[in-house]
Amino acid sequence: MANLEYLIAESQNDFNACADMPTLENAKAKYLGKAGALTEALKGLGKLSSEERPAAGAAINVVKQAVEAALNLRRETILNAVQAQQLSQESIDVTLPARAQSQGGLHPVTLTLQRIEQLFHSIGFDVATGPEIETDFYNFTALNIPENHPARAMHDTFYVDESNVLRTHTSPVQIHYMEDKAPPLKIIAPGRVYRVDSDATHSPMFHQVEGLWVDENISFANLKGVVQDFLQKFFERDDLTVRFRPSFFPFTEPSAEMDMSWNGGWLEIGGCGMVHPEVFKHVNIDSEKYRGFAFGLGVERLAMLRYGVNDLRHFFNNDLRFLSQFNK
Amino acid sequence: MQFSENWLRTFVNPNLNSDELSHALTMAGLEVEHTQPASAVFTQVVIGEIIETNKHPDADRLQVCKVNIGKEVLQIVCGAPNARVGLKAPCALVGAALPGIAIKEAKVRGVESFGMMCSAKELGLAAEATGLLELPADATVGQDIREYLSLNDNLLTLKLTPNRADCLSILGIARDVAAITGAALQLPQNTTVKVESTRTMAVLVNAPDACPAYFGRAIEGVNAQAKTPDWMIRNLERSGVRSISAIVDITNYVLFELGQPMHAFDLAKLGDHIEVRFAKANETLKLLNDTEVKLKADDLVIASNGEAIALAGIMGGEPSSVTDASTDIFLESAFFTPDTIAGKARRLGLSTDSSYRFERGVDFGNTLSALERATALILEICGGKAGSITQAVTVLPARHTVNLRYARLLSVLGISIPQATVGALLKQLGFEFTETADGFAVQAPSYRFDIAREEDLIEEIARLHGYDKIPAIKPIANLSILDAPEAVWNKASGAGVLQSQGYQEVVTYSFVDASWERDLMGNTNPIALKNPIASNLSVMRSGLWGGLLDVLTYNLNRKQERAMLFEVGASYFSSQKAYREEMRVSGLCHGNFQPEQWADKSRDVDFYDVKATVDALTNGQAEYRQEVHSALHPGQSARVYLRGKAIGWLGKLHPKWQQQYALTKNTILFELTLDDLLKTQVATYQEVSKFLPVRRDIAVVVDADLPIQTIVKVVHAAKINLLQELQLFDVYQGKGIAENKKSLAFLVLMQDTHKTLLDAEVDAVIAELLKLLEKNFGASLRS
Repeated sequence: MANLEYLIAESQNDFNACADMPTLENAKAKYLGKAGALTEALKGLGKLSSEERPAAGAAINVVKQAVEAALNLRRETILNAVQAQQLSQESIDVTLPARAQSQGGLHPVTLTLQRIEQLFHSIGFDVATGPEIETDFYNFTALNIPENHPARAMHDTFYVDESNVLRTHTSPVQIHYMEDKAPPLKIIAPGRVYRVDSDATHSPMFHQVEGLWVDENISFANLKGVVQDFLQKFFERDDLTVRFRPSFFPFTEPSAEMDMSWNGGWLEIGGCGMVHPEVFKHVNIDSEKYRGFAFGLGVERLAMLRYGVNDLRHFFNNDLRFLSQFNK
Repeated sequence: MQFSENWLRTFVNPNLNSDELSHALTMAGLEVEHTQPASAVFTQVVIGEIIETNKHPDADRLQVCKVNIGKEVLQIVCGAPNARVGLKAPCALVGAALPGIAIKEAKVRGVESFGMMCSAKELGLAAEATGLLELPADATVGQDIREYLSLNDNLLTLKLTPNRADCLSILGIARDVAAITGAALQLPQNTTVKVESTRTMAVLVNAPDACPAYFGRAIEGVNAQAKTPDWMIRNLERSGVRSISAIVDITNYVLFELGQPMHAFDLAKLGDHIEVRFAKANETLKLLNDTEVKLKADDLVIASNGEAIALAGIMGGEPSSVTDASTDIFLESAFFTPDTIAGKARRLGLSTDSSYRFERGVDFGNTLSALERATALILEICGGKAGSITQAVTVLPARHTVNLRYARLLSVLGISIPQATVGALLKQLGFEFTETADGFAVQAPSYRFDIAREEDLIEEIARLHGYDKIPAIKPIANLSILDAPEAVWNKASGAGVLQSQGYQEVVTYSFVDASWERDLMGNTNPIALKNPIASNLSVMRSGLWGGLLDVLTYNLNRKQERAMLFEVGASYFSSQKAYREEMRVSGLCHGNFQPEQWADKSRDVDFYDVKATVDALTNGQAEYRQEVHSALHPGQSARVYLRGKAIGWLGKLHPKWQQQYALTKNTILFELTLDDLLKTQVATYQEVSKFLPVRRDIAVVVDADLPIQTIVKVVHAAKINLLQELQLFDVYQGKGIAENKKSLAFLVLMQDTHKTLLDAEVDAVIAELLKLLEKNFGASLRS
């Protein structure tokens, strides 16, 4: 039996010379095909004696395995190269913009309202709403502002008819809510309010959040505590403090203006006070047993401070270049 | 209310500088809104007397003056026409800083000048001046002019709350300052003028409820042309009141000093008595401001000779007013109740210092002394003889004792202060009290008519104790978990759906232009505001599209090319003065469906793009019916139904509005009522089949105008056994299909939850489906 080991080197050379799969498969035929050298050699085993056959067979197999190994190695190399080429052809510019819809977003007033609702919800405040076209009774009388009271002049009121107005504050929601539910009560009432006033710092329509907490032992100090807690969390600033200044609202007593410490000074942030007994009387709540506090916050004011907006009018111009700044 | 700090300090002079005083007032509830110096700032100006004048050698209009400033005589070149020997005028010394000019030694046309003689304008005291500011002959030469004219003063403006009408006078503010700071209060001396005239005037009060106290007196022989003293003019001017004539100035002065509105009549024009009564039908009155008003039955008037001569507490009448020619006057000081005056001035379009006070409340304990004070000033300034006082006093408002419970005070405020301190604070306020078992029985003075109940006292104590000393304490409360109904679609997540689909939220006004309502909503009878802020914001919207189109236009004008907008807000409706509001979510898409980009061909947004949004908002539950809306293209508009109820609209903006708004690209709109969207159902589990579904595709030919939704509904309603899903995947019209027909290709999914389907079962389902379609719609299987 001729020594076939030379086939190993020869096949390696042949295989390595192949650049693609069809050529390689052709080259393979020369060694492993039906008429290939190794196939022929194996066929020749039959001519050998039974004593010679095992050794000769083993020798051929060693060579065959080596040739097959060389073939597989080359196959893999060629496949890798083909795949690499394909991948490189399929390469794209990943920095091209996505094929997508534009980014939408919420109005900064909504973002602010959501934030306020979320913070008060975390200590158990419910959200209450009420109509924007209010009766004179709910907007004024039930809040202890009788007809001809000078305090009515403080509200530049839009009239719909003799007895209906666009609500000038969200305080009437208090009344609706207290008419329906018994204490203890904890609500905030966010919404649109209206005043006949329009200049750089006043909009005829703006948003307010009214807060109300009625319980047996609620105090003026608690009011300050809750508002301060809220403002600290809203602005994410622990150093923020609240200052009360005496004021007057017919529906609260004592009443206060709330100032918030801000950049070394004080900023007016809203009005507040202890619910006036006359208001409780209108909704049949015993003011000897229950007390409550109420506060009103200007939503645009909070939004302006939070986001650094310098002009109230931006909120209602709805310039997309302004609004899209709040998309996140 | 604006006032002079110096005037206040003549009543109470706490050891606080101006800023500290303002802060103390603000923190006590008398908010100082504004502070400004009473005059322009300048230095080194003294009173100089011209003792010699010589013509300037080289200039006709100039004089070389010798000016005595007390310690020396200066040579000053002066061009003022009124510069003359003996004139005393302000003299700015070398080194003086005047508004906009610094005074130096100078040579004026070759002659040395050591200062400048000044006009009021040059000192910033007046806008115009024709010559030097002439000072009275008795002015002290050398005295600093700021001191002489009392210019080192501030004007404070208080933003007073309606409950503190007691502070609408220098006296009232001074009382509060004394209470806050503990400084001594210098009250004006109560004078009683000597009665020297026998003239009297009878007063008949026919409306004692409206006028519980009326005091009046005649003063004979006054000089109505007397000059008002400078100090009075100054204090009035610094309160924002122009000097008119001595008598009017005096009544104004007493109003600002003591808070008591007064009125002076020309006695010669009155009859033999005065009457206080309500106006008669059709009565008219010519007021001091020259307007003639028609009175109503609830207008209180002062009448004489059967005619109204003044609108009580608001304004005097022109015919009976004091003029330069008047010699005898009748002076009125009265108390009109707030209810009587409130709202009247506003109804007549008037707001006077008098009505402003009466409608808020005037100290009824001060009526008489104010009359005496005014009389004394008149006699001093205008001369004359005072007659005896006529008074008509009925029942003055009662001063009730108000109980203050110490324990309640502490628990309402959440503070702890000793009971003795509370007593001390009450005393500081001038409140009389006795101690009771649980606190104090308090009697507030007549000027604190706002004190009527315990809360008023609690507020007073809080105010004096100091609002800034109220601690911030977090409440201790019983906790309970809030209701969280699950069958409610979350508003925020709805906004999230829109946001993720590319919509930008906007907020537009609830009041809109009437034309938007008419054109877009077909609403010719909108809810109109009585007092709109502008004609284009005059009616309440019944839909939100007008606002969205307005925002679109605003942004297109700013070179934005596409917009996807939404708003959540109310729409307003009325029927017979009953108003109803509906929260709506409304959207608008305009221009390219996507921002222009490299990958896909750009195309205009269309109905079906926005339909996807409505589907998302309704969880795919909405049903669409072709109906007509005034804002929308009649062929591309759908009313949206959810669970059988109409909840809104979807469609393309009508071409005529598209043209009117000058929109060149498609605009698709939708609007849905929020309440209907918010109601959903809690999910209930349905078994998921372990067996694979079988899919068959079928194509049927139907009439071209048959809505797809009709087919889907009929198939769903038939509840064909094993049929899981019917999905449209192609619509074809054209070659091979008759002209008025269309071909619809559906994929049909079938499934059994218990076993794999046999071919025969599948064939049976398809056959049943085709039979159903044929029977209902004349559908034929497309060959």
